[in-house]
Amino acid sequence: MSIDTQTARKVAHLARIAVKDEDLPALARELSGILTFMEQLNEVDVAGIEPMTSVTPMRLKRRQDVVTEGGMAEKILSNAPDAREGFFAVPKVVE
Amino acid sequence: MSNLNELTIAGARDALRKGDTTAVALTEACLAAVADAGRLNAFVHHTPEIALSQAKAADQRIAAGNAPSMCGIPLGIKDLFCTKGVPSQAASRILAGFRPEYESTVTTQLFDAGAVMLGKLSMDEFAMGSSNETACYGPVVSPWRRAGDTAALTPGGSSGGSAAAVSADLCLGATGTDTGGSIRQPAAFTGIVGIKPTYGRVSRWGVVAFASSLDQAGPMTKTVRDAAIMLGAMAGHDPKDSTSADLAVPDFEAALTGDIRGKVIGIPREYRMEGMPAEIEALWNRGAEMLRDAGATIRDISLPHTKYALPAYYVVAPAEASSNLARYDGVRYGHRAKLAQGDGITEMYEKTRAEGFGKEVQRRIMIGTYVLSAGFYDAYYNRARKVRALIKRDFETVFAEGVDAILTPATPSAAFGLGEMADADPVAMYLNDVFTVTVNLAGLPGVAVPAGLDKQGLPLGLQLIGRPWEEGDLLNHAYVLERAAGFVSKPAKWW
Repeated sequence: MSIDTQTARKVAHLARIAVKDEDLPALARELSGILTFMEQLNEVDVAGIEPMTSVTPMRLKRRQDVVTEGGMAEKILSNAPDAREGFFAVPKVVE
Repeated sequence: MSNLNELTIAGARDALRKGDTTAVALTEACLAAVADAGRLNAFVHHTPEIALSQAKAADQRIAAGNAPSMCGIPLGIKDLFCTKGVPSQAASRILAGFRPEYESTVTTQLFDAGAVMLGKLSMDEFAMGSSNETACYGPVVSPWRRAGDTAALTPGGSSGGSAAAVSADLCLGATGTDTGGSIRQPAAFTGIVGIKPTYGRVSRWGVVAFASSLDQAGPMTKTVRDAAIMLGAMAGHDPKDSTSADLAVPDFEAALTGDIRGKVIGIPREYRMEGMPAEIEALWNRGAEMLRDAGATIRDISLPHTKYALPAYYVVAPAEASSNLARYDGVRYGHRAKLAQGDGITEMYEKTRAEGFGKEVQRRIMIGTYVLSAGFYDAYYNRARKVRALIKRDFETVFAEGVDAILTPATPSAAFGLGEMADADPVAMYLNDVFTVTVNLAGLPGVAVPAGLDKQGLPLGLQLIGRPWEEGDLLNHAYVLERAAGFVSKPAKWW
């Protein structure tokens, strides 16, 4: 599977990473190279094999549905690039 | 006594208990070694005040008696671990300035056991790399050099700062993390011991996530005994990590009996790769002889899907990374790009992530995004997960047939020069993980043990792979190999 510049542009946008137009052809080539490497997987007979979902067979633990921690808005906001009045601040998202 | 920073963890523990030295003296010796090793670029955030205050507390605890083994032991902590109030940025620009409000479970347990933090250690950005060259701090330089040559070599990656620091005696041990070989490859490149425990043995809580189904933290130390001691302090069930196993942590050090008589060691024929350097093959054969001489039986085994581990890994790991790294959006922590007039939230995300992530991280996020996108999910991601199931089954089959441990080379070569791979295809760098990545895919424990030097005087390591949850037995095999190999070389100080 070869990736063209149009696909590279789409993938970059889905990943929310700005890529300059002039960098798209090189990116497309790199991604194609990696995908070609992955295509070896097509040689494997996977008929009837379930995709692995759990590394070690274990039941997911359940906990009581109760509040364990909270009331620490200041701590949560302490690393924000822009926090105002107890909230994270971002550019306007609704016109 | 030799210089205090050159002690092993076990040696320091015994000296502290006997009153031959103090945690403060040990810590001061390490801090001086760190201050003198700026050229290695291993420590990137220094915490001498925390270290000395922890050391003083440790001395009081040791004086009171019954202090745990790790009490007063100076460590380096990989930058991937969140440490309260101390920069923790996964060697990425996108986490510049981030100071966690919380402590990871691993560092909490180590500090509860009395360990001392000297500072944070460099690594490949978000643990994505095999040479430490993707770190935002610039590459770590290995303390090792080729004989008669001053070229700067890689300590390996991603835990390259940890490997360089332990190998250069800047600390007694260091934390590492391993997603595809990031503990074992740098350990092998620098002549130290590194173990990746069974998936679920060590809590991932507070460790910056790369690929959650593969990531596992472990110790990097000068000896197998030290690895056993330090792993014991790092391991254990953690309710804050739902994949951490609710199993008792055995006394790993007590498992080091040195007796492996009657054990069966598997030698997987698929690991005999074409073009493998003769020195690596010879080392591997010697390792098998050492285990045979110790009374183990050597058996040829087959792990038929080995060849597909690397491509499967490079689907699964980027897929998980693209999801995990979605959180770096310039809103909650770290870097946010300066926005132009009229830029909205999408531009904020795209510019922040373009500026904050390095090239390799961007590449892997995009590969992950692609293999998870509509139309390709089945062809790539689901197929890779099926192949992963087959790789795991290969191991289960040989363990069911009575194999106790599997011996392989740790890396396909000795350490390479910094910059040597700069023009290579990304896939060429990925090949560093060829012997280690199967272990992460199958969730098994694996340990790298220094076993010899190549003709240029650089360390080479062997890997032992164990049964799930049998780190004690695995470390005992490693202990036998370590004693038989008698690896004592240290890099000559040039830094």
